[in-house]
Amino acid sequence: MRRLLPLLLILLSALPCSAATPILTPALTPAEEARATAIGSQLRCLVCQNESVEESSATLAANIRQIIREQVAAGRTNHQIMQWMTARYGDFIRLDPPFNRLTLLLWAVPVLAPALGLGIAFAASRQRRPPPAPLTEAEKSRLAALLE
Amino acid sequence: MERLAIRRRPLLLLPLAVVVVAGVGFVELLQQAKEGRYNPHKVPNLLVGHPVPAFTTGPAPPGTGFSAADFQHLSHPVLVNFFASWCLPCHAEAPLLTELKDHGVAIWGIDYSDSKAAFHGFLAADGNPFTRLGDDPNGAAAVAWGISGVPESFLVDREGIIRWHLGGPLSPPVVADTLMPLLHKFA
Repeated sequence: MRRLLPLLLILLSALPCSAATPILTPALTPAEEARATAIGSQLRCLVCQNESVEESSATLAANIRQIIREQVAAGRTNHQIMQWMTARYGDFIRLDPPFNRLTLLLWAVPVLAPALGLGIAFAASRQRRPPPAPLTEAEKSRLAALLE
Repeated sequence: MERLAIRRRPLLLLPLAVVVVAGVGFVELLQQAKEGRYNPHKVPNLLVGHPVPAFTTGPAPPGTGFSAADFQHLSHPVLVNFFASWCLPCHAEAPLLTELKDHGVAIWGIDYSDSKAAFHGFLAADGNPFTRLGDDPNGAAAVAWGISGVPESFLVDREGIIRWHLGGPLSPPVVADTLMPLLHKFA
């Protein structure tokens, strides 16, 4: 046991520390909580930019989660909350980018790339050399002579 | 045979062309990052050109806090500065803020996600360049202003419209080339 004690202390120190400032989450119903989580999962954490606000442990992500919950509790719709976020951070905050003029290429690539590949393959196949013409009688006899 | 080889050559050069274009773009990005002109983590702030958002801050002694309503009927433009005592670039920025204050610039500071004791330590160590001070313990004001870290600064004109945003610490070139001309423009 004594030998295990330092190990236990190390394990204890690895536990995540609680946030310095108390987060006063408004009481949400399970349905509201699910809605808040769904919104948070669609928002990019602006600190750890490949994580969603819901996954990230950054303070700013916790701040944003708190604001989402307050707005959900206040009865604002998903669309209104999304608009509130994009009015500040732009479409950058959306992990699921909308379809518009700027993101046109992004959304079109899954269609364009196979189309381009098929086009190149088709063009290449058309250029394939036709099979050589059958040998004439003179060529056949010459081939036979060479092979002997 | 010869004719076919010539016709196919452009197609064979296509992957090479893609690599060259991507390579040139990559080198250009690296060059810009080296010179500080490109930051891959830069977050856009869309509030520039819009009125100050609805927000409120608590008292941060000696400051009594302020809110969006305080930006109505200003007699001069205001530099809003989000900072925190735990943020090293904020300490580095402090002497420049003090210099701006000595030039008569009104700086309203918002202390983000900080403890009272650490905040007082910050003022004791770096001085107080702020005309007004507000406390934002749970980041509600910070997110309302669309910040993604500290320090960040905004210039608000006399009508309460946000005219400029800087995500990161102020530097002497930014102050001289961008902030001072804007302060004169909106004075």
